[in-house]
Amino acid sequence: MPTPIDTVRLYETPEGVDLALRVAGPAPRAIAYLLDILIRFALLLLVLPLAAFSGLGTGLILLAVFGLEWLYPVVFEVRRGATPGKRLMGLMVVHDDGTPVRLPASLIRNLLRVVDFLPVFYGVGLVSMLVDQDFRRLGDLAAGTLVVYADTPPPKPTLPRVAPQPPPAGLPVEAQQAILAFAERGQTVSEARRIELAEILADGVGRQGEGAVAQVNAWAAWLARGVPDGRG
Amino acid sequence: MKQDAFESAASPIWTEYRVMLDALENPRRRRAHIPDLASFPQLHRRLCSDYALARSRRYSPGLIADLEVLVRRGHRQLYRRGSAPLRATLDFMARQFPRTLRRHSAVFWIAAALFFLPMIGMGVAVHQDTDLVYSLLDAEQVADLESLYDPTRHAPGRGSERLADTDVAMFGFYVMNNVGIGFRTFAGGLVLGLGSLVILLVNGLSIGAVAGHLTRLDYGTTFWPFVSGHGPFELTAIAICGAAGLLLGQALLAPGQRTRLAALRANARDAVILVGGAALMLVSAAVIEAFWSAGPAPSGLKYGVGVLGWVLVAVYLALAGRAGDDAH
Repeated sequence: MPTPIDTVRLYETPEGVDLALRVAGPAPRAIAYLLDILIRFALLLLVLPLAAFSGLGTGLILLAVFGLEWLYPVVFEVRRGATPGKRLMGLMVVHDDGTPVRLPASLIRNLLRVVDFLPVFYGVGLVSMLVDQDFRRLGDLAAGTLVVYADTPPPKPTLPRVAPQPPPAGLPVEAQQAILAFAERGQTVSEARRIELAEILADGVGRQGEGAVAQVNAWAAWLARGVPDGRG
Repeated sequence: MKQDAFESAASPIWTEYRVMLDALENPRRRRAHIPDLASFPQLHRRLCSDYALARSRRYSPGLIADLEVLVRRGHRQLYRRGSAPLRATLDFMARQFPRTLRRHSAVFWIAAALFFLPMIGMGVAVHQDTDLVYSLLDAEQVADLESLYDPTRHAPGRGSERLADTDVAMFGFYVMNNVGIGFRTFAGGLVLGLGSLVILLVNGLSIGAVAGHLTRLDYGTTFWPFVSGHGPFELTAIAICGAAGLLLGQALLAPGQRTRLAALRANARDAVILVGGAALMLVSAAVIEAFWSAGPAPSGLKYGVGVLGWVLVAVYLALAGRAGDDAH
């Protein structure tokens, strides 16, 4: 089967299974970055009243400016897996083996941000992300990190409980998967669309309308559960 | 085996695994004792095998996706790289940082030469030539500098208008400014080492020019005692940041047997250790600069502290954690 054009990167774990890492492109990352700027600005506004304490206050504000400029992304990435802006966009930073990012890699990618920012507003970083197939900016390349979509646990789909019927013999595995996927997710699309999809899947037996939907669901039940007497 | 039978046979194990994952992912409960943690790797392998089976038997995509999320969460917990912040920091400063620096001593000496030689050369030249200072600094900057270190204002770095309270403000400023320069010196190395090179040269030349100019004006009696305390830590740390940047540049220009990307990653891992250590040195330098250098201690004592500082830095970087040097 040809490799599909997708943003999924497979990482093979020591246990021998493939984990899918869905890398995030420039657009969601730019939005996350802008959100982070707003959050940093808000945090800075919070400490500004310290200026009332003259010298001491000024010192603390300057330390806060330093912290927000350099350490904000590092602290959040190491402790929570992503900055607040990235969390809002559903992103997280991981090592290229899928494990959570730790201090050294996070420091490398965030200190080298200065270079990605060149010449104006992430010019270098954007070019690097567009050239690299994993959307890595230079800091990510040096640190060996990826920005990926965090896994929101999908709602557990359930197959409709209908009387199973054996599907036509010699059904290719892709078709079997399509039938199972239809049975799991068919309820989430509109009725007309559901019928349209079912008619494609049930094309060989010539069922139409709701009949086709019932037919496909029955096949799916057979594929998943077998026949009631346990023959399957 | 049909999917339904498979699911109902394995689901107690999946539930147990899920509960353990929820506990592990919660930072507060992570510190607390989680019962049966020893069985986690075994459970994880079981889940991996179930996931692989589900895929190879072409079970429904929903089930496969569900198992994949579980395996991925478990993978993160099982293979996460450990960290024990405080002990790790102490160990880092006591051993790892000086050791890494010694491993890259050639690069460090190059960076130090790029920083200190122009500094000394410029200092001597400005001391000899009245107008040379204006080639680097404009007239306004020179005038500011002169008023700052004018011996007729008694406390250098802390003028008559400056109160002890502003020490904290200056500390904040020194941290922001100096550590920021250190970080930029490192990051500049990614531009084939050129960024680090330029920052080292420019800073070396400017510091030299300032020192030479003030000494020529006989303002040295206020300038030198002020800088002697924090100088050893600050200047060495900037040179170390430069070395870290040059390591990045070296990986790109002369990767050796590795690909450029592999060389960059390997060198970045060492370079970030150097930057971390240098940043902590710069913070200590900021403490000294804000609370000691501007203080009222007599010049003799300040020179003494300065000499002690150089000895300390040299001994620390040359000897700390030396017992384990062969380990690398």
